[in-house]
Amino acid sequence: MSLRKFISNKTIAALAVIGTAFANTSAFAQAAGAAAATAEKPVDMGPVYKTAIFYVMAFLLLCLFIAIVGKALKVYELTREAQDKPKGINWNAVNGTLFAIFLIVGLYGVYWEYTVHGKMILPEAASEHGKKIDQMFNLTLIITTIVFIATHIILFAFAYFYKHTGKRKAYYYPHNNALERIWTIIPALVLTVMVLMGFLTWRSIFYKIEDPNNKPISIEITSSQFAWAIRYSGPDGVVGLKNYKLITSENALGIDFKDKNAMDDLVADEMVLPVNKPVRLILTSKDVLHSFYMPHFRVQLNTVPGMTSYFEFTPTITTEEMKAKTNDPKFEYLFLCAKICGEGHYKMQKKVRIVSQKEYDAWLAEQGTYLNDDLRKQFNMPVTAAPAPAPAAATAPADSTAADSTAVQTTQTALKK
Amino acid sequence: MSTISLHDTHNHDSHDDHGHHKETFLSKYVFSMDHKMIAKQFLITGIIMAVIAMGLSILFRIQLAWPDKSFPILETFLGEWAEGGRIKPDFYLALVTIHGTIMVFFVLTAGLSGTFSNLLIPLQIGARDMASPFLNMLSYWFFFSACVIMMSSFFIQTGPASAGWTIYPPLSALPTAIKGSGLGMTLWLISMVLFVASSLMGGINYVSTVLNMRTKGMDLWKMPLTIWAFFLTAILGILSFPVLVAGVVLLVFDRSFGTSFYLSDIVMGTQVLPNEGGSPILWQHLFWFLGHPEVYIVIMPALGISSEVISVNSRKPIFGYHAMIYSLIGITILSFIVWGHHMFVTGMNPLLGGVFMITTLIIAVPSAVKTFNYLATLWRGNIKFTPAMLFAIGLVSFFISGGLTGLFLGNASLDINLHDTYFVVAHFHLVMGSAAIFGMLAGVYHWYPKMFGRMMSNKLGYLHFWLTFICAYLVFFPLHFLGLDGVPRRYYAFTEFEFMQKWLTVNVFVTWAAIIGGLAQVAFLWNFFYSIFKGKKAPQNPWGANTLEWTAPVEHIHGNWPGEIPTVYRWPYDYSKPGAEQDFIPQTIPFSETMSSNMPHDFEGNAEAERIQKEWEDQRDADEKTKLD
Repeated sequence: MSLRKFISNKTIAALAVIGTAFANTSAFAQAAGAAAATAEKPVDMGPVYKTAIFYVMAFLLLCLFIAIVGKALKVYELTREAQDKPKGINWNAVNGTLFAIFLIVGLYGVYWEYTVHGKMILPEAASEHGKKIDQMFNLTLIITTIVFIATHIILFAFAYFYKHTGKRKAYYYPHNNALERIWTIIPALVLTVMVLMGFLTWRSIFYKIEDPNNKPISIEITSSQFAWAIRYSGPDGVVGLKNYKLITSENALGIDFKDKNAMDDLVADEMVLPVNKPVRLILTSKDVLHSFYMPHFRVQLNTVPGMTSYFEFTPTITTEEMKAKTNDPKFEYLFLCAKICGEGHYKMQKKVRIVSQKEYDAWLAEQGTYLNDDLRKQFNMPVTAAPAPAPAAATAPADSTAADSTAVQTTQTALKK
Repeated sequence: MSTISLHDTHNHDSHDDHGHHKETFLSKYVFSMDHKMIAKQFLITGIIMAVIAMGLSILFRIQLAWPDKSFPILETFLGEWAEGGRIKPDFYLALVTIHGTIMVFFVLTAGLSGTFSNLLIPLQIGARDMASPFLNMLSYWFFFSACVIMMSSFFIQTGPASAGWTIYPPLSALPTAIKGSGLGMTLWLISMVLFVASSLMGGINYVSTVLNMRTKGMDLWKMPLTIWAFFLTAILGILSFPVLVAGVVLLVFDRSFGTSFYLSDIVMGTQVLPNEGGSPILWQHLFWFLGHPEVYIVIMPALGISSEVISVNSRKPIFGYHAMIYSLIGITILSFIVWGHHMFVTGMNPLLGGVFMITTLIIAVPSAVKTFNYLATLWRGNIKFTPAMLFAIGLVSFFISGGLTGLFLGNASLDINLHDTYFVVAHFHLVMGSAAIFGMLAGVYHWYPKMFGRMMSNKLGYLHFWLTFICAYLVFFPLHFLGLDGVPRRYYAFTEFEFMQKWLTVNVFVTWAAIIGGLAQVAFLWNFFYSIFKGKKAPQNPWGANTLEWTAPVEHIHGNWPGEIPTVYRWPYDYSKPGAEQDFIPQTIPFSETMSSNMPHDFEGNAEAERIQKEWEDQRDADEKTKLD
């Protein structure tokens, strides 16, 4: 009897709540309607939407709504129970069905993601080793997608089909050694293949045998908060020594000009590389860890203070070709910082241009050396003795075509060495 | 043998306590030495920290979605860290760092292991309390202090640590490199040392309790998978956490006493630092030697909990109990030799990269076995969708989705282009973040009646699950594609790069999903705290489960069981056994009471028992024959 009483109280209370809510909303609606009728000018709600209190109120209203729905459900279930009817809502069926719906909608969502967002990802690799990485990526993607879809279909289908009905008993099935062996061995085999492929590719990337006829271009990258410095080796093909203790405001990289190889090193504001020519990156850092990341070339390596690391790769697609391939006239290669390095982390970048050998030579000839008069003084070198035609080209790039072509020639001979 | 004597002393202790001490508020709720209360302390602290960390994530998600909009309310709360209503870049990094730290250590390690190891180890193995209740209490209070100190860094001028949760030096070592590496980082390091101390005290306690204090009949191969998971997690923690302390101490030396363990050849601006000979890579080795086992410390208890929950609610024995344990052991061992996969592109010797790739991909095998075993457990089950079961199924889904992307990242060659991008963010938020938090929530819903003696509302649980499950996928699935486009993580804004512009709308979408997912937690918080006081009274065994904890009285008593501790006769997964009257047979029921459902392998080769069973069966067959005749 007390149960009856309880229900009726609850019912009345819930009904009252629902009633008030309805009355309120309709009242609001009426008021709004009236307001709309009297004042024709729409109220500017812009500032209202910007206030936090608006969202708090909206959320509270939502909570109230959920509470009312909850109460209504409870009332419904309790009345069913009181009338000795079967349970009002079969939550096992509801949840089982929701899993089935989730599976179908989810599969569509995955398809949508793969096709829409999947199209927005990086274009094909623009380097030799990058192609291998892409192949392996695709293979891994196919394998994992199959497993992903299959296991999810199984998971949610089981959830749907084997939901509790009260009519049957679960199947007592504690183990099956054959089955377990199968699903230990098959993943193990698939993984072995992937490990082998990965291992071989990894070795081919990091253990390069130098071809004496096709020596890589050496370029040194120095990271600092929050900028990149690029140093080309100059005509001699060797990047000169540097020492962090020599760093001053004039000598920002701490280049040791006592080393002859450093004399002709070139400063560059962007990275320009000839296509199909191996490049050896010498990665160093001045202050904290950074990560040199060239996504289009599948190149990444951290730059570590106190440790020099190397990455060798060969670009295969010029910027112009990539513009055509991606159908994006504004396309540019770049490199950026991928390791948290401070508040300017999100800005560190430099442009990369892949050009033909001819364009590269022309560009290189225009770059100035690091060594300038200030530094000469510092290292007690004669200021007047200009060692190479390169600085001449830098100071007066459009002076004479003759100077330019000689510069190009010297650089070319240097590279061919 | 020692087990028995230990039990006796404990028996006495508990009686003494009741006889002579009057429990005060302080001894019952604050400095409690009762494992059940300590579990609740861990849980509630963990929940509070989770809410804070989630709030932080919403803050930085807002920055990512609307990088050029101003939100005056942010300035109201954050002051000069959000001048003009926009979060500043260094504070953004602080948010990311503290979000990660809190979630990984305080929520998913202490909140998860601390809560459920404390609650379930004594109750499921049949012990009066932990091996050392006092150490247990200390463990909680060290953890609490660690939380307080970590949070206090929000109230100092230079702000919290902001070098990422992995705090790689030199960034974390040099206050001139980033503001957060001043006092904020010092507090981070102190907090972490306290945290590790807490975790060690907890871990030692868990291991010794499991090894020494199991009740009669509870041999290792009769323990529930939850206990196996907690046990192995504790071992992992004991072996790996000290390494973090070692690393932290060296970092403290570098920061405060001018040593050069991690620093060398550094020039800040034009100021040449005197440090020589150290290596930043050393920190990474030390950190990840803990850091990788740490992710298994996070996920294994969740897997243990979900094994139990899935078995109970499918009304089926867990498929391949032994395989589940062996795979846990396999994961435990392998997790110590895979740390290098976090370091493929640090510039360490490429040979190491190859080796770590092999070990990393091997660890996928036991993980795959576990997944398939879960699926086999669901097969032909009789699944009751309690909120706990929903979360456990959600865990399996996340474990698959996030685990599979691990195959990309574990492959050193593929990692070159994916390292430190959003692909990594998506990967570990699914496999370790979402999966582990779902395991934790499954545990909360499942053992809430045991903790508070009351039931949570199922309907709110359903709402909570579906919103959270959907939102988690909406948040993390699109992030994979940002990573595949080469967008690095921990970027304050995408505005500086032309190629990232196209992801701005995705960021807005993800942020809205995160906000809705965050608000969905209100359903849980309300349900949790309201039900403590007003929930329906819990019955003795609300889910029809076999494990020992459901034989203990609903009302908590010191010492868990009045009178003798029950004896265990069987494994914990006899659900829906053919021939049994009910669809579950608790561990405390001897085989002699279930003659009709006994199976040959139940007796593990005990000839005497087999003979008795055979006699009984012959008798039954004879009876039936006479009946038929």
